Amino acid sequence: MADPIFGRLDWTVTPFDDFFRDPSINEGVAAAAASAVPLGAVAVIAFLTWKGLWGPLWRDWLTSADHKKIGIMYFVLAGVMMLRGVLEGAVMRTHQVTALDGGVLSAEHFAQLFSTHGTIMIFFVATPLITGLMNYVVPLQIGARDVAFPVLNQISLGLTAAGAGLVMISLVIGKFGTGGWTMYPPYTGTTFSPGPGVDYWVWAIGISGIGSTLAGINIAVTIYKKRSPGMKFLRMPIFTWTSLCTAIMMIYAFPALTVSTAMLALDRSLDFRFFTNDLGGNMMQYANIFWMFGHPEVYIVVLPAYGVFSEIAATFSAKRIYSYNSMVIATSAIAVISFTVWLHHFFTMGQGASVNAAFGIATMIIAVPTGVKVYNWMATMFRGRVRLSVPIIYLVGFFFLFVFGGLTGVILANPTIDYQVHNSQFLVAHFHNVLIPGVLFGVLAGVHYWFPKAFGFRLHEGPARLEAYLWFGGFSLAFLPLYWLGLMGMPRRSASYDNPAFEPAMWLAVVGAAMVVGALGVAIWNFWASARDREALACPVGDPWDGRTLEWSIPSPPPEYNFYALPRVNTVDAWTVEKAVGHPYEMAPRYTDIEMPRSTAMGVVIGGASAAMGFAITWWIWWLAALSFAVIVAALIARAFVRETTRTIKAVEVEVAHRAFLREASRTPAVGRDDEIAPDNLGHARPAVPA
Amino acid sequence: MSSSAHPGINLGGGDPKAQRESETPAFGFWVFLMSDLIIFGVLFAHYVVMTGARAGGPGPSTLFDLRSVAAQTFLLLASSFTYGMASLALKHQRQVRPVAIWLIVTAALGAAFVLLELRDFVNMVGEGGPPQRSGFLSALWALTGLHWLHVTAGLVWIATMLALLSRFGLSDRNKTRLLLLGLYWHFLDLIWIGILSVVYLGGLA
Repeated sequence: MADPIFGRLDWTVTPFDDFFRDPSINEGVAAAAASAVPLGAVAVIAFLTWKGLWGPLWRDWLTSADHKKIGIMYFVLAGVMMLRGVLEGAVMRTHQVTALDGGVLSAEHFAQLFSTHGTIMIFFVATPLITGLMNYVVPLQIGARDVAFPVLNQISLGLTAAGAGLVMISLVIGKFGTGGWTMYPPYTGTTFSPGPGVDYWVWAIGISGIGSTLAGINIAVTIYKKRSPGMKFLRMPIFTWTSLCTAIMMIYAFPALTVSTAMLALDRSLDFRFFTNDLGGNMMQYANIFWMFGHPEVYIVVLPAYGVFSEIAATFSAKRIYSYNSMVIATSAIAVISFTVWLHHFFTMGQGASVNAAFGIATMIIAVPTGVKVYNWMATMFRGRVRLSVPIIYLVGFFFLFVFGGLTGVILANPTIDYQVHNSQFLVAHFHNVLIPGVLFGVLAGVHYWFPKAFGFRLHEGPARLEAYLWFGGFSLAFLPLYWLGLMGMPRRSASYDNPAFEPAMWLAVVGAAMVVGALGVAIWNFWASARDREALACPVGDPWDGRTLEWSIPSPPPEYNFYALPRVNTVDAWTVEKAVGHPYEMAPRYTDIEMPRSTAMGVVIGGASAAMGFAITWWIWWLAALSFAVIVAALIARAFVRETTRTIKAVEVEVAHRAFLREASRTPAVGRDDEIAPDNLGHARPAVPA
Repeated sequence: MSSSAHPGINLGGGDPKAQRESETPAFGFWVFLMSDLIIFGVLFAHYVVMTGARAGGPGPSTLFDLRSVAAQTFLLLASSFTYGMASLALKHQRQVRPVAIWLIVTAALGAAFVLLELRDFVNMVGEGGPPQRSGFLSALWALTGLHWLHVTAGLVWIATMLALLSRFGLSDRNKTRLLLLGLYWHFLDLIWIGILSVVYLGGLA
């Protein structure tokens, strides 16, 4: 029944078709969203052609194996996806104020919205944001020139982008699945979901999940093997520690996702019986295997955010992090315990009271190390000289909101309570309450903190503060009322409701959603305005915040080899100690030739072929699937025969560059912390408090 | 900057430069194998959960042919031994020829394993046991099939390795690749021992 060339593709698969047949608001929203993808693509293509940027884009970015550029590209990808995810959230909230006994969107459309929203926010926003952050920051913090496997790094990004691309294509060609971001069978089996929607999810997640496994391997090996001389484990910055624990968790957790999606794919494409209703299939195994990944994933995305908060709490309080060792122990404890709690995602599945009790207790225990961290951050700020600038605003917002979300998690950890509120809006409130103030606030604080390092100029402080307050207020209005709705009995994922008592809270939530969209708008405007005023915001010497760790000792933006000479480390907060009692900004005794990876198209080829393969299997275009797979294998084999994979930067060249940087540093007046956000701050910090 | 060599297989003290350069890739590959082990671990666990889910379909006693399994075990273990000989040749003789010959012997044994198991798969379909028949059979095919795919990929890797050897000789990078390929090949042995014990011996016990 499938065409040999086009599979099950034909001209009726776009939402435009439905809109012309039935011009309703529901179909109009779908068609408008579907138009945004090709229109956005055309706009980008036109812009690149107009500015003549295709060559630089290809040479300097897409084929670059530089960890800093790959990190930034992860952010660009996550930013585009976040735009869609947030707008979907706003559309759902708008629908819900009309949803008393009906609503403007159809139930199926609403189901697609919450499925893509969740899928995008977890896999294509949170995960690439933290992967990008680790990619950019970790090598700079440990004094390395690049990650352990630069080309593999590029391939990881390619695979993640392939998955994101599939989710975007699903807007225009066909429809996405309606099974929520977890896509539980048997509903998502071929019996109940025969269309291509679930296949899009399976292949988007399967492909990007492999990319995340490889990214985890890369970051862990980088931290184990590439630290600069003297950087012992207990001298690493806390962000690097959280990255190490996250990377290890990625290595162990993402394979479970690979297995669960591969099994669902086999069920769907080859008629296997893993999770079917008939012939011995067991759908409970899907929930089991999926959450073996899914719960650690929560901590995979939140641990680096904890790392960011540790860095900024110390830097913006001009104090050493309180109780470094307990931070390390708490981070490691979270990483281990997070593998022992996955069953709390399905307490009601019927595994019995004693099993539930064990997992409930483990879930409560994991709150303890997080509590330790919150106290440590507060103790770091206590009697510090705190500057209440953007990162600290996020941190303080996090204190209030995240602790609240964590406590509702402890409530949910009790199986008897979970039986009452599971699958209700209470749960929706809870996980947004940990993911937004936890992960997103952390990443936004980190963006503000490291942006000047990456681009050589600061972001405007005023709009960024407005953005932070909008996030705080918007989040609170959009999600805290949902606890109330949950306790009133409103189920999650319901397209309409018949209880008028739900409506006032829904109106509060839509106001919050509007504020969140506003925050996103301010953020975009601020990126543009700061880039416009980059002369006034420049900080080329690279230390605008009086930083404590190695990345602040090099210029902004850093040279592609990061360090002119590898630093020797003999303490935590090495750069602060160097500024206080050592000799910052000095020539190295000697310089060596530096080998850096050459550019390669491997990431683009593997990512492109993977996306084509996923698309082909989704639409049963078997020849294209086979061809794409062959391209992947051939590219990997051909790569082994490439002899010149690195190029050498001469020691003399490095020495000249270093001398020029030191001249600039000595010319630049040092500024104190009172002038931190003034135009005078060119990135040369006058240390305020010794060590 | 760790100075300790990666555990187990290495190039010995006679070739410090290649040894040093192989350290990060070898460590990275160990980590990769650990994540691959999680994949197999989940499939083992799933298989054990699903042993009863036969839905009236055939079970181990009708499907498993222990003589064939014994032959496969012998072939795969022998191929690991011959790969060990290749590693020793790399370490002590340092010539392409003996390394290549042992690689070819390894590939021949591996190919025999792959073909024998393929015959078993065909026989299972003939006896009414394709993966679509029951939850149990899906789990069985996923576990053994993934191992089979790994060995097949290993054969492609050995073929590529031979081409790389003929092209570049025993370069430092090729030495590293031979180390990684060895880790991979022995790893597949380990998985097979698990399959032999849990699936075949466990199923017929």
